Amino acid sequence: MTTLKNPSRRNFLKSGAVAGGALVIGVQIPHALAKAAVKTSMPNAWIRIGSDNSVTILVARSEMGQGVVMALPTLVAEELEVDLKKIKVDFAPPGEVYINGMLGGQITGGSTSVRDGWDKLRIAGAQARIMLTEAAAQQWKTDASKCTAKDGVVTGPGGKKATYGQLAEAASKLTPPKEPKLKDPSQFRYVGKSLKRLDSASKINGTCEFGIDVKLPGMKYAALAQCPVLGGKVTSFDASAAKSMPGVRNVVQITDGVAVVADSWWQAKQARDALKITWDEGPNKSLTTEGVFKGLAGAMAKPAASIKQQGNVAEAMKTAAKKVEATYEMPFLSHSPLEPMNFTADVRKDSALLIGSIQFQQMALGMAAGITGLKPEKITIKTTYLGGGFGRRIDLDYMAQAVEISKAIGAPVKLLWTREDDLTHDFYRPASLTQMQGGLDASGKPVALSLKMSSPSVTARLFPPLVKDGVDPLMTEAILVPYDIANQSVGTVIHDTGLRVGYLRSVSHALNVFANESFIDELAVAAGKDPYEYRLALLDKQPRFANVLKLAAEKAGWGKPLPSGTARGIALMEGYDTYMAQVVEVSIANSAIKVHRVVCAVDLGRMVNPNIVEQQIESNIVFGLTALLYGNITLKDGRVQETNFDKYKLLRMPETPKIEMHIVQSTEKPGGIGEPGMALLPPAVANAVFALNGKRLRKMPFTLA
Amino acid sequence: MISLTVNGKARQVNVDPNTPLLWVLRDTLGMTGTKFGCGAQLCGACTVHLNGQPVRACGTPVSAAVGKKVTTIEGVGATPVGKKVQAAWNEIDVPQCGYCQPGQIMTATALLNSNAKPSDADIDNAMAGNICRCGTYPRIKAAVHKAAGTKGA
Repeated sequence: MTTLKNPSRRNFLKSGAVAGGALVIGVQIPHALAKAAVKTSMPNAWIRIGSDNSVTILVARSEMGQGVVMALPTLVAEELEVDLKKIKVDFAPPGEVYINGMLGGQITGGSTSVRDGWDKLRIAGAQARIMLTEAAAQQWKTDASKCTAKDGVVTGPGGKKATYGQLAEAASKLTPPKEPKLKDPSQFRYVGKSLKRLDSASKINGTCEFGIDVKLPGMKYAALAQCPVLGGKVTSFDASAAKSMPGVRNVVQITDGVAVVADSWWQAKQARDALKITWDEGPNKSLTTEGVFKGLAGAMAKPAASIKQQGNVAEAMKTAAKKVEATYEMPFLSHSPLEPMNFTADVRKDSALLIGSIQFQQMALGMAAGITGLKPEKITIKTTYLGGGFGRRIDLDYMAQAVEISKAIGAPVKLLWTREDDLTHDFYRPASLTQMQGGLDASGKPVALSLKMSSPSVTARLFPPLVKDGVDPLMTEAILVPYDIANQSVGTVIHDTGLRVGYLRSVSHALNVFANESFIDELAVAAGKDPYEYRLALLDKQPRFANVLKLAAEKAGWGKPLPSGTARGIALMEGYDTYMAQVVEVSIANSAIKVHRVVCAVDLGRMVNPNIVEQQIESNIVFGLTALLYGNITLKDGRVQETNFDKYKLLRMPETPKIEMHIVQSTEKPGGIGEPGMALLPPAVANAVFALNGKRLRKMPFTLA
Repeated sequence: MISLTVNGKARQVNVDPNTPLLWVLRDTLGMTGTKFGCGAQLCGACTVHLNGQPVRACGTPVSAAVGKKVTTIEGVGATPVGKKVQAAWNEIDVPQCGYCQPGQIMTATALLNSNAKPSDADIDNAMAGNICRCGTYPRIKAAVHKAAGTKGA
């Protein structure tokens, strides 16, 4: 993801950071912890040390499965010199210090958590260790160079010992060293090691608290009726039946619809279903899937915003020995995290408490301040574990709804959506069309490539100032091929189809990698070359690409015979500073694609925890297979037609292929791993299906009938 | 009042007998380990045991649990097989977001209770009703084998 710089938002972040800012310099925190006899000190914004020697590391990113709750504390603990198994973790409040330097806000997204934290968190750990050591040295009237810190204990001359808990208060009063020396990677004790996650135990025994599990004293439960057409509004409603139902306390109209508040969620949901609402369905009431793609095709006639112009494509095409053309089509997709949208808010006259599954803490604070009229420092935001995110929880609609309901009824409330609400009120991954043309010389080498893509822009909705000269940087990820092709013309046309769109795992990488890696395969076929050899020959100047391509091909046994009815496909990409190649083995039975084996070669530079890296690669493979086999949000009369998992299918265990991962040992700077892999499956599988039966799949999800 | 036995304890709840067991567990009894995913018996996140049989709590009226033993993720670790399954989940480090895992563990435990040495195909069949959006399926399968002391393909 490209750096987001939004001036107005940054200004807000400054005011919003006041609450969190106090923690940064605050030596002691006055809230709940103070109730216990334990005294807590904070050498910096990331670390709390208790007089009982407890060490809590704050995580400023949301945990949605990708492992930040393990990876980020590992970076701190490595330099802090504490036993990683004994630390506790807590999610950070909104605060300027916690802003993601790669995104310009306290956002979890763009596979940035480790990349942003790699230096920052190790420095924080080292600073605290040095301050603790210095505090011990001062106490012992010796020089800090004669003291060492390990496993939460500072040892000085003559075997003197002091625990971090004993030193923390004094240490917190010292000035942090500006440029602490960090460990050489050869000294790493935790970083780079395959360690088990610290959050697993609670997720296995059922005690892990997700947003949906929050309970506040006196809390009521809400269910919300929203217009079945996105963008529609309430005209009028009759709540008489709903109000007479058991447990119902309030029926309130809010911006997005009509909410029923009851003593239990089931009662609220039953009563919501009994509401009679007349909707003004708004401008999208006639949207259809056909209309959407007609619009995208029409947008192709418009001039493209230029992403790359190199050489002269028109001239090169004139003299090309062979020309190839293809158009690729991607549908809308839903995030569908398994925890449906929900949020808990307790809005009072002079304060507000917001708790739940969120990916963008500062925007949440700004939203709550806007709705409640409270100053940001009067608003407390607590992030729970997220039951999946995939980008959905960057948007704040469900939080704003809970805040509005709580404000209206003057009581704490938990709003919970049904799965149907969730699937039909998502911010969908943009549908897209990509037209490609290629020209080959007499030897089959590509000499010209043109790409024109049309798609709605998420950034135009969420961060409009970032769209410059018609280019959305989050629509053009991986849009440039790594291949050495002399003449290239690449451009995009932003086209709003009416349906609201959002960032979804791997964002535009998935759209562009599908088109590019399918098309290079089509060029190889036109050239009569092996798709692997063809790619490799064009990667002389791209060693990291070439390396993973070779590794995947070798481990997969590229070129070796397969059982009849089975074929291989290959695809390659870079995303989030991570280089990846995949080889898939595919067969077809009863007109259905079966993926048997996925071999994935990955170079993501240095890793914090290979165990989590492997989890994320597996996760992306399953996610990508879901998209290519099933992912399809369709529209009729402005309504999303896929209302539950019977119509919006997700991959299940029997469909899961054998997955083999080969990770390059690398000293390059860390790359992101939470997102890129899913983008490779569609082209790799399409290429394999072509190798199998000569049918080229250019439209997702893939159907063979 | 409705009388239930949940994880070996007698519980009294004052709810409409048609209320799905899921919401009685979560909202009335405060046992939030059992998750809501789809409300339509499609994803398995709400799987609990009734007399040892896996059921979808979102589609089971609380009245259907009367007179039966309800076991949830909060109590399954007290059974020998449940304990083994949870230990295997820890060993393999299965969870990512973790939201579906209580349901996965309940289904896996029921499988091993009825089939102590499942094959890959047995595991596929038994677990097919439980969705994991994070895609932890390879590790789930490995963990089931681990708990059973069997080897996968």
